[in-house]
Amino acid sequence: MAARLLEVYLDLLSQPCRAIHILLGCTNIPHTVRTVALRKGENRTPEFTKLNPMQKVPVMVDNGFVLTESDAIMKYLATRYDVPQHWYPRQPERRARVDEYTAWHHTNTRPHAARVFLLEVLVPQQTGSPVDEGRLVRALSQLEETLDRLEAMFLRRQPFLCGDDITVADLLAVCELMQPEMSGRDVLQQRPALQRWRSRVQAAVGEAFHRAHAVLYAVRDRRAAKL
Amino acid sequence: MALELYLDLFSQPCRSVYIFAKKNNIPFEFKTVSLMNGDQCGCEFQKINLIKKVPALRDGDFRLAESIAILLYLADKFKTPDFWYPADLQQRARVNEYLSWQHSAMRLHGCRIFWLRVLIPKGLGMEVPQDKLDAALEDLNNSLKLIEEKFIEDRPFIAGDNISLADLVAIVEIMQPVGAGLDVFDGRPKLSAWRDRVRAAIGTELFDEVHQNVLGAKDNVKLMDATTMAIFKPKIKLFM
Repeated sequence: MAARLLEVYLDLLSQPCRAIHILLGCTNIPHTVRTVALRKGENRTPEFTKLNPMQKVPVMVDNGFVLTESDAIMKYLATRYDVPQHWYPRQPERRARVDEYTAWHHTNTRPHAARVFLLEVLVPQQTGSPVDEGRLVRALSQLEETLDRLEAMFLRRQPFLCGDDITVADLLAVCELMQPEMSGRDVLQQRPALQRWRSRVQAAVGEAFHRAHAVLYAVRDRRAAKL
Repeated sequence: MALELYLDLFSQPCRSVYIFAKKNNIPFEFKTVSLMNGDQCGCEFQKINLIKKVPALRDGDFRLAESIAILLYLADKFKTPDFWYPADLQQRARVNEYLSWQHSAMRLHGCRIFWLRVLIPKGLGMEVPQDKLDAALEDLNNSLKLIEEKFIEDRPFIAGDNISLADLVAIVEIMQPVGAGLDVFDGRPKLSAWRDRVRAAIGTELFDEVHQNVLGAKDNVKLMDATTMAIFKPKIKLFM
Protein backbone atom coordinates (compact mmCIF):
# COMPACT_ATOMS: atom_id res chain seq x y z
CA MET A 1 0.00 0.00 0.00
CA ALA A 2 1.51 3.31 -1.03
CA ALA A 3 1.92 5.79 1.80
CA ARG A 4 -0.20 8.87 1.57
CA LEU A 5 1.90 11.82 0.61
CA LEU A 6 0.60 14.87 2.45
CA GLU A 7 2.77 17.95 2.22
CA VAL A 8 2.12 21.38 3.62
CA TYR A 9 4.07 24.44 2.55
CA LEU A 10 4.30 26.72 5.55
CA ASP A 11 6.05 29.72 7.01
CA LEU A 12 5.55 29.59 10.78
CA LEU A 13 5.74 33.37 10.94
CA SER A 14 2.41 33.33 9.10
CA GLN A 15 -0.71 33.09 11.22
CA PRO A 16 -2.79 30.73 9.05
CA CYS A 17 0.25 28.48 8.61
CA ARG A 18 0.54 28.07 12.37
CA ALA A 19 -3.13 27.13 12.65
CA ILE A 20 -2.59 24.28 10.19
CA HIS A 21 0.64 23.25 11.90
CA ILE A 22 -1.17 22.99 15.24
CA LEU A 23 -4.04 20.97 13.75
CA LEU A 24 -1.61 18.52 12.14
CA GLY A 25 0.46 18.38 15.32
CA CYS A 26 -2.31 17.50 17.70
CA THR A 27 -4.18 15.12 15.40
CA ASN A 28 -1.09 13.13 14.42
CA ILE A 29 -1.94 13.18 10.72
CA PRO A 30 1.22 11.96 8.93
CA HIS A 31 2.61 14.80 6.89
CA THR A 32 5.73 16.59 5.70
CA VAL A 33 6.28 20.29 6.31
CA ARG A 34 8.05 22.18 3.54
CA THR A 35 9.28 25.49 4.88
CA VAL A 36 8.77 28.56 2.72
CA ALA A 37 10.55 31.58 4.19
CA LEU A 38 8.56 34.60 3.04
CA ARG A 39 11.22 37.03 4.29
CA LYS A 40 13.71 35.37 1.93
CA GLY A 41 11.28 35.50 -1.01
CA GLU A 42 10.99 31.71 -1.18
CA ASN A 43 7.34 32.16 -2.16
CA ARG A 44 8.46 33.88 -5.36
CA THR A 45 10.68 31.14 -6.77
CA PRO A 46 9.64 29.63 -10.14
CA GLU A 47 8.97 26.25 -8.44
CA PHE A 48 6.73 27.68 -5.76
CA THR A 49 4.95 29.96 -8.25
CA LYS A 50 4.21 26.90 -10.37
CA LEU A 51 2.66 25.28 -7.31
CA ASN A 52 0.74 28.41 -6.29
CA PRO A 53 0.56 31.27 -8.80
CA MET A 54 -0.72 33.51 -6.00
CA GLN A 55 2.67 33.07 -4.28
CA LYS A 56 1.11 32.66 -0.88
CA VAL A 57 1.26 30.25 2.02
CA PRO A 58 -0.17 27.97 3.27
CA VAL A 59 -0.44 25.44 0.46
CA MET A 60 -1.44 21.81 0.95
CA VAL A 61 -0.60 19.03 -1.49
CA ASP A 62 -2.35 15.74 -0.76
CA ASN A 63 -1.25 13.06 -3.21
CA GLY A 64 -1.06 15.64 -5.96
CA PHE A 65 -4.20 17.55 -4.98
CA VAL A 66 -3.18 21.18 -4.46
CA LEU A 67 -5.24 23.37 -2.13
CA THR A 68 -4.83 26.91 -0.80
CA GLU A 69 -6.73 28.92 1.85
CA SER A 70 -6.23 27.85 5.47
CA ASP A 71 -9.88 27.32 6.35
CA ALA A 72 -10.48 25.22 3.22
CA ILE A 73 -7.34 23.23 4.05
CA MET A 74 -8.32 22.62 7.67
CA LYS A 75 -11.88 21.60 6.77
CA TYR A 76 -10.46 19.22 4.16
CA LEU A 77 -7.98 17.68 6.61
CA ALA A 78 -10.60 17.35 9.35
CA THR A 79 -12.85 15.45 6.96
CA ARG A 80 -10.30 13.44 4.98
CA TYR A 81 -8.42 12.10 7.97
CA ASP A 82 -9.57 10.30 11.07
CA VAL A 83 -9.64 13.23 13.48
CA PRO A 84 -11.95 13.78 16.46
CA GLN A 85 -15.22 15.25 15.23
CA HIS A 86 -15.12 18.29 17.48
CA TRP A 87 -12.56 19.96 15.18
CA TYR A 88 -15.24 20.44 12.51
CA PRO A 89 -18.52 19.01 13.82
CA ARG A 90 -20.90 17.09 11.60
CA GLN A 91 -24.07 18.21 13.37
CA PRO A 92 -25.50 21.01 11.14
CA GLU A 93 -26.01 23.72 13.76
CA ARG A 94 -22.63 23.14 15.38
CA ARG A 95 -20.94 23.08 11.99
CA ALA A 96 -22.75 26.28 11.01
CA ARG A 97 -21.27 28.03 14.05
CA VAL A 98 -17.77 27.13 12.85
CA ASP A 99 -18.57 28.21 9.28
CA GLU A 100 -19.95 31.46 10.66
CA TYR A 101 -16.73 32.17 12.55
CA THR A 102 -14.37 31.18 9.72
CA ALA A 103 -16.23 33.56 7.39
CA TRP A 104 -16.30 36.43 9.89
CA HIS A 105 -12.62 35.84 10.66
CA HIS A 106 -11.55 37.00 7.18
CA THR A 107 -12.94 40.49 7.53
CA ASN A 108 -12.47 40.95 11.26
CA THR A 109 -9.89 39.08 13.35
CA ARG A 110 -7.45 38.51 10.51
CA PRO A 111 -7.14 41.96 8.96
CA HIS A 112 -7.40 43.88 12.23
CA ALA A 113 -4.83 41.87 14.19
CA ALA A 114 -2.54 41.63 11.16
CA ARG A 115 -2.63 45.39 10.70
CA VAL A 116 -1.24 45.97 14.18
CA PHE A 117 1.60 43.56 13.41
CA LEU A 118 2.16 45.19 10.03
CA LEU A 119 2.45 48.68 11.48
CA GLU A 120 4.54 47.71 14.50
CA VAL A 121 6.86 45.15 12.96
CA LEU A 122 6.76 44.60 9.22
CA VAL A 123 6.59 48.12 7.82
CA PRO A 124 9.32 49.58 10.07
CA GLN A 125 11.47 46.52 9.34
CA GLN A 126 11.07 46.84 5.59
CA THR A 127 11.29 50.63 5.31
CA GLY A 128 13.59 51.47 8.20
CA SER A 129 11.18 54.22 9.24
CA PRO A 130 9.73 54.57 12.74
CA VAL A 131 6.29 53.26 13.60
CA ASP A 132 3.46 55.48 12.31
CA GLU A 133 1.91 56.18 15.71
CA GLY A 134 -1.27 57.77 14.34
CA ARG A 135 -2.09 54.76 12.19
CA LEU A 136 -1.16 52.37 14.97
CA VAL A 137 -3.56 54.04 17.40
CA ARG A 138 -6.39 53.68 14.87
CA ALA A 139 -5.47 50.07 14.16
CA LEU A 140 -5.43 49.25 17.87
CA SER A 141 -8.82 50.88 18.28
CA GLN A 142 -10.20 48.83 15.39
CA LEU A 143 -8.77 45.68 16.97
CA GLU A 144 -10.44 46.54 20.28
CA GLU A 145 -13.81 46.67 18.52
CA THR A 146 -13.12 43.31 16.94
CA LEU A 147 -12.16 41.81 20.30
CA ASP A 148 -15.35 43.23 21.82
CA ARG A 149 -17.31 41.37 19.15
CA LEU A 150 -15.25 38.21 19.51
CA GLU A 151 -16.24 38.12 23.18
CA ALA A 152 -19.84 39.23 22.79
CA MET A 153 -20.83 37.32 19.67
CA PHE A 154 -18.73 34.20 19.69
CA LEU A 155 -17.12 33.38 23.01
CA ARG A 156 -19.88 34.67 25.26
CA ARG A 157 -20.05 32.22 28.19
CA GLN A 158 -18.75 29.24 26.22
CA PRO A 159 -15.40 27.56 26.76
CA PHE A 160 -14.50 27.94 23.07
CA LEU A 161 -15.57 30.23 20.23
CA CYS A 162 -18.10 27.86 18.73
CA GLY A 163 -19.25 25.85 21.74
CA ASP A 164 -18.05 23.42 24.37
CA ASP A 165 -15.18 21.99 22.36
CA ILE A 166 -12.22 23.41 20.51
CA THR A 167 -12.69 23.70 16.73
CA VAL A 168 -10.62 24.90 13.78
CA ALA A 169 -12.14 28.33 14.46
CA ASP A 170 -10.24 28.63 17.75
CA LEU A 171 -6.94 27.77 16.02
CA LEU A 172 -7.43 30.41 13.34
CA ALA A 173 -8.36 33.05 15.89
CA VAL A 174 -5.64 32.32 18.44
CA CYS A 175 -2.87 32.34 15.83
CA GLU A 176 -3.96 35.75 14.53
CA LEU A 177 -4.08 37.14 18.04
CA MET A 178 -0.58 35.83 18.78
CA GLN A 179 0.98 37.69 15.83
CA PRO A 180 1.39 41.08 17.56
CA GLU A 181 3.47 39.22 20.20
CA MET A 182 6.33 39.60 17.78
CA SER A 183 6.68 43.18 19.01
CA GLY A 184 6.03 42.04 22.57
CA ARG A 185 2.40 43.15 22.47
CA ASP A 186 -0.20 40.99 24.20
CA VAL A 187 -3.45 42.18 22.66
CA LEU A 188 -5.44 40.25 25.26
CA GLN A 189 -3.74 41.89 28.24
CA GLN A 190 -6.84 43.73 29.38
CA ARG A 191 -9.26 40.93 28.57
CA PRO A 192 -9.41 38.19 31.18
CA ALA A 193 -12.18 36.23 29.43
CA LEU A 194 -10.19 35.98 26.19
CA GLN A 195 -7.01 35.21 28.14
CA ARG A 196 -8.78 32.28 29.78
CA TRP A 197 -9.98 31.17 26.34
CA ARG A 198 -6.42 31.35 25.01
CA SER A 199 -5.22 29.24 27.95
CA ARG A 200 -7.91 26.67 27.27
CA VAL A 201 -6.84 26.48 23.62
CA GLN A 202 -3.21 26.06 24.63
CA ALA A 203 -4.15 23.32 27.11
CA ALA A 204 -6.31 21.55 24.52
CA VAL A 205 -3.54 21.42 21.90
CA GLY A 206 -0.62 20.90 24.28
CA GLU A 207 2.91 20.97 22.90
CA ALA A 208 1.65 21.66 19.37
CA PHE A 209 1.00 25.29 20.35
CA HIS A 210 4.55 25.93 21.46
CA ARG A 211 6.07 24.05 18.54
CA ALA A 212 4.08 26.19 16.11
CA HIS A 213 5.01 29.42 17.90
CA ALA A 214 8.70 28.68 18.56
CA VAL A 215 9.91 30.77 15.60
CA LEU A 216 7.67 33.68 16.57
CA TYR A 217 8.95 33.61 20.17
CA ALA A 218 12.53 33.56 18.90
CA VAL A 219 11.91 36.64 16.75
CA ARG A 220 10.17 38.36 19.64
CA ASP A 221 13.03 37.65 22.03
CA ARG A 222 15.68 38.79 19.52
CA ARG A 223 13.83 42.08 19.03
CA ALA A 224 13.44 42.59 22.76
CA ALA A 225 17.15 41.94 23.28
CA LYS A 226 18.01 44.69 20.81
CA LEU A 227 16.07 47.35 22.69
CA MET B 1 -42.26 28.86 12.83
CA ALA B 2 -41.07 29.21 9.25
CA LEU B 3 -37.46 29.78 8.35
CA GLU B 4 -36.80 33.52 8.27
CA LEU B 5 -34.24 35.19 6.04
CA TYR B 6 -33.40 38.81 6.73
CA LEU B 7 -32.35 40.34 3.41
CA ASP B 8 -31.73 43.48 1.42
CA LEU B 9 -31.16 42.65 -2.26
CA PHE B 10 -28.95 45.71 -2.60
CA SER B 11 -26.36 43.63 -0.76
CA GLN B 12 -24.40 41.00 -2.64
CA PRO B 13 -24.38 38.30 0.07
CA CYS B 14 -28.17 38.70 0.41
CA ARG B 15 -28.52 38.05 -3.30
CA SER B 16 -26.63 34.78 -3.18
CA VAL B 17 -28.75 33.55 -0.25
CA TYR B 18 -31.98 34.65 -1.95
CA ILE B 19 -31.09 33.06 -5.30
CA PHE B 20 -30.08 29.82 -3.59
CA ALA B 21 -33.27 29.62 -1.55
CA LYS B 22 -35.54 30.45 -4.52
CA LYS B 23 -33.76 28.17 -6.95
CA ASN B 24 -34.06 25.26 -4.56
CA ASN B 25 -37.65 26.03 -3.55
CA ILE B 26 -36.67 26.42 0.08
CA PRO B 27 -39.68 27.77 1.96
CA PHE B 28 -38.86 30.91 3.86
CA GLU B 29 -40.26 34.16 5.10
CA PHE B 30 -38.57 37.13 3.46
CA LYS B 31 -37.89 39.72 6.12
CA THR B 32 -36.97 42.96 4.44
CA VAL B 33 -34.14 44.94 5.94
CA SER B 34 -33.56 48.20 4.17
CA LEU B 35 -29.92 49.19 4.56
CA MET B 36 -30.60 52.61 3.09
CA ASN B 37 -33.21 53.21 5.77
CA GLY B 38 -30.91 52.05 8.52
CA ASP B 39 -33.09 49.08 9.47
CA GLN B 40 -29.99 47.13 10.40
CA CYS B 41 -29.44 49.51 13.30
CA GLY B 42 -32.89 48.99 14.79
CA CYS B 43 -33.47 47.17 18.07
CA GLU B 44 -35.65 44.46 16.54
CA PHE B 45 -33.00 43.43 14.07
CA GLN B 46 -30.26 43.48 16.65
CA LYS B 47 -32.08 40.74 18.54
CA ILE B 48 -31.59 38.58 15.46
CA ASN B 49 -28.10 39.54 14.65
CA LEU B 50 -25.72 41.32 16.97
CA ILE B 51 -23.40 42.35 14.19
CA LYS B 52 -26.24 44.32 12.61
CA LYS B 53 -25.52 42.89 9.22
CA VAL B 54 -27.47 41.18 6.52
CA PRO B 55 -28.06 38.47 5.55
CA ALA B 56 -29.25 36.79 8.73
CA LEU B 57 -31.15 33.54 9.24
CA ARG B 58 -33.52 32.51 11.98
CA ASP B 59 -34.63 28.89 12.10
CA GLY B 60 -36.64 28.43 15.27
CA ASP B 61 -34.22 29.25 18.07
CA PHE B 62 -31.21 28.97 15.81
CA ARG B 63 -29.75 32.22 14.52
CA LEU B 64 -27.00 32.52 11.99
CA ALA B 65 -25.07 35.33 10.31
CA GLU B 66 -22.55 35.30 7.44
CA SER B 67 -23.85 34.40 3.98
CA ILE B 68 -21.34 31.60 3.47
CA ALA B 69 -22.42 29.89 6.70
CA ILE B 70 -26.09 30.41 5.79
CA LEU B 71 -25.61 28.91 2.31
CA LEU B 72 -23.83 25.84 3.67
CA TYR B 73 -26.47 25.40 6.38
CA LEU B 74 -29.33 25.61 3.86
CA ALA B 75 -27.59 23.22 1.44
CA ASP B 76 -27.27 20.64 4.18
CA LYS B 77 -30.66 21.12 5.84
CA PHE B 78 -32.66 21.06 2.63
CA LYS B 79 -30.55 18.41 0.93
CA THR B 80 -30.07 20.51 -2.19
CA PRO B 81 -28.60 18.83 -5.31
CA ASP B 82 -25.04 17.68 -4.72
CA PHE B 83 -23.41 19.99 -7.27
CA TRP B 84 -24.10 23.08 -5.14
CA TYR B 85 -21.74 21.86 -2.39
CA PRO B 86 -20.37 18.50 -3.54
CA ALA B 87 -19.90 15.65 -1.13
CA ASP B 88 -16.74 14.72 -3.04
CA LEU B 89 -13.94 16.00 -0.80
CA GLN B 90 -11.75 17.51 -3.48
CA GLN B 91 -14.58 19.27 -5.28
CA ARG B 92 -15.91 20.54 -1.97
CA ALA B 93 -12.44 21.80 -1.10
CA ARG B 94 -12.35 23.74 -4.40
CA VAL B 95 -15.64 25.40 -3.50
CA ASN B 96 -14.40 26.17 0.03
CA GLU B 97 -11.18 27.57 -1.40
CA TYR B 98 -13.07 30.11 -3.49
CA LEU B 99 -15.53 30.95 -0.70
CA SER B 100 -12.57 31.65 1.58
CA TRP B 101 -10.42 33.63 -0.87
CA GLN B 102 -13.23 35.89 -2.01
CA HIS B 103 -13.79 37.66 1.36
CA SER B 104 -10.62 39.70 1.18
CA ALA B 105 -10.40 39.80 -2.59
CA MET B 106 -13.37 39.93 -4.98
CA ARG B 107 -15.88 40.93 -2.31
CA LEU B 108 -13.67 43.62 -0.85
CA HIS B 109 -12.67 45.04 -4.21
CA GLY B 110 -16.19 44.94 -5.64
CA CYS B 111 -17.57 46.67 -2.53
CA ARG B 112 -14.91 49.35 -2.61
CA ILE B 113 -15.59 50.21 -6.26
CA PHE B 114 -19.31 50.46 -5.52
CA TRP B 115 -18.74 52.79 -2.59
CA LEU B 116 -16.22 54.94 -4.44
CA ARG B 117 -18.25 55.25 -7.64
CA VAL B 118 -21.82 55.34 -6.29
CA LEU B 119 -22.45 55.52 -2.55
CA ILE B 120 -19.87 58.15 -1.62
CA PRO B 121 -20.25 60.60 -4.53
CA LYS B 122 -23.99 60.18 -5.12
CA GLY B 123 -25.30 59.08 -1.75
CA LEU B 124 -23.09 61.16 0.48
CA GLY B 125 -22.27 63.94 -1.99
CA MET B 126 -18.56 63.70 -1.32
CA GLU B 127 -15.72 63.85 -3.81
CA VAL B 128 -13.54 60.79 -4.28
CA PRO B 129 -9.84 61.39 -5.08
CA GLN B 130 -8.79 60.00 -8.45
CA ASP B 131 -5.85 58.08 -6.99
CA LYS B 132 -8.23 56.13 -4.74
CA LEU B 133 -10.41 55.29 -7.73
CA ASP B 134 -7.40 54.17 -9.73
CA ALA B 135 -6.09 51.96 -6.93
CA ALA B 136 -9.53 50.42 -6.40
CA LEU B 137 -9.85 49.68 -10.10
CA GLU B 138 -6.44 48.03 -10.17
CA ASP B 139 -7.38 45.80 -7.22
CA LEU B 140 -10.64 44.88 -8.90
CA ASN B 141 -8.84 44.00 -12.13
CA ASN B 142 -6.40 41.81 -10.21
CA SER B 143 -9.25 39.93 -8.53
CA LEU B 144 -11.06 39.44 -11.84
CA LYS B 145 -7.85 38.18 -13.41
CA LEU B 146 -7.41 35.61 -10.65
CA ILE B 147 -11.01 34.50 -11.01
CA GLU B 148 -10.50 33.93 -14.73
CA GLU B 149 -7.06 32.37 -14.59
CA LYS B 150 -7.06 30.39 -11.38
CA PHE B 151 -10.61 29.74 -10.30
CA ILE B 152 -12.35 29.25 -13.64
CA GLU B 153 -9.22 28.38 -15.65
CA ASP B 154 -10.38 26.00 -18.39
CA ARG B 155 -13.45 24.63 -16.59
CA PRO B 156 -17.09 25.44 -17.29
CA PHE B 157 -17.58 26.35 -13.62
CA ILE B 158 -15.26 26.92 -10.65
CA ALA B 159 -15.54 23.40 -9.21
CA GLY B 160 -15.85 21.62 -12.57
CA ASP B 161 -18.71 20.70 -14.83
CA ASN B 162 -21.53 22.04 -12.71
CA ILE B 163 -22.47 25.29 -11.00
CA SER B 164 -21.74 25.41 -7.26
CA LEU B 165 -21.99 27.88 -4.39
CA ALA B 166 -18.62 29.23 -5.49
CA ASP B 167 -20.03 30.46 -8.82
CA LEU B 168 -23.12 31.85 -7.11
CA VAL B 169 -21.11 33.84 -4.58
CA ALA B 170 -18.72 34.97 -7.30
CA ILE B 171 -21.36 36.23 -9.70
CA VAL B 172 -23.31 38.32 -7.19
CA GLU B 173 -20.10 40.09 -6.15
CA ILE B 174 -19.02 40.66 -9.77
CA MET B 175 -22.40 42.26 -10.51
CA GLN B 176 -21.74 44.96 -7.92
CA PRO B 177 -19.14 46.86 -9.99
CA VAL B 178 -21.47 46.42 -12.97
CA GLY B 179 -24.08 48.26 -10.92
CA ALA B 180 -21.47 50.94 -10.37
CA GLY B 181 -21.30 51.46 -14.13
CA LEU B 182 -18.25 49.33 -14.92
CA ASP B 183 -18.65 46.76 -17.66
CA VAL B 184 -16.27 44.21 -16.20
CA PHE B 185 -17.22 41.66 -18.84
CA ASP B 186 -16.05 43.85 -21.71
CA GLY B 187 -12.76 42.48 -23.02
CA ARG B 188 -13.06 39.38 -20.86
CA PRO B 189 -14.51 36.67 -23.09
CA LYS B 190 -13.77 33.85 -20.65
CA LEU B 191 -15.52 35.67 -17.80
CA SER B 192 -18.46 36.56 -20.07
CA ALA B 193 -18.89 32.98 -21.20
CA TRP B 194 -18.79 31.82 -17.59
CA ARG B 195 -21.32 34.50 -16.64
CA ASP B 196 -23.68 33.26 -19.35
CA ARG B 197 -23.39 29.69 -18.08
CA VAL B 198 -23.98 30.76 -14.47
CA ARG B 199 -26.96 32.94 -15.42
CA ALA B 200 -28.46 30.04 -17.42
CA ALA B 201 -27.89 27.57 -14.59
CA ILE B 202 -29.54 29.89 -12.06
CA GLY B 203 -32.33 30.78 -14.46
CA THR B 204 -32.24 34.03 -16.41
CA GLU B 205 -35.52 35.29 -14.95
CA LEU B 206 -34.44 34.81 -11.34
CA PHE B 207 -30.96 36.19 -12.03
CA ASP B 208 -32.28 39.32 -13.74
CA GLU B 209 -35.03 39.90 -11.18
CA VAL B 210 -32.58 39.77 -8.28
CA HIS B 211 -30.13 42.15 -9.92
CA GLN B 212 -32.65 44.79 -10.91
CA ASN B 213 -31.96 47.04 -7.93
CA VAL B 214 -28.21 47.11 -8.13
CA LEU B 215 -28.17 47.53 -11.92
CA GLY B 216 -30.18 50.70 -11.52
CA ALA B 217 -27.89 51.95 -8.75
CA LYS B 218 -25.70 54.40 -10.64
CA ASP B 219 -28.78 56.23 -11.88
CA ASN B 220 -31.09 55.73 -8.91
CA VAL B 221 -28.96 56.36 -5.86
CA LYS B 222 -29.80 59.85 -4.70
CA LEU B 223 -28.38 62.08 -2.02
CA MET B 224 -29.22 60.53 1.34
CA ASP B 225 -31.10 62.33 4.07
CA ALA B 226 -29.25 63.30 7.25
CA THR B 227 -30.28 60.22 9.25
CA THR B 228 -29.15 57.81 6.55
CA MET B 229 -25.94 59.77 6.00
CA ALA B 230 -25.16 59.40 9.69
CA ILE B 231 -25.30 55.63 9.27
CA PHE B 232 -23.17 55.49 6.12
CA LYS B 233 -20.59 58.19 6.79
CA PRO B 234 -18.59 56.26 9.45
CA LYS B 235 -18.02 53.46 6.96
CA ILE B 236 -16.17 55.71 4.52
CA LYS B 237 -12.93 55.03 6.33
CA LEU B 238 -13.20 51.38 5.31
CA PHE B 239 -13.02 52.32 1.66
CA MET B 240 -11.05 55.54 1.34
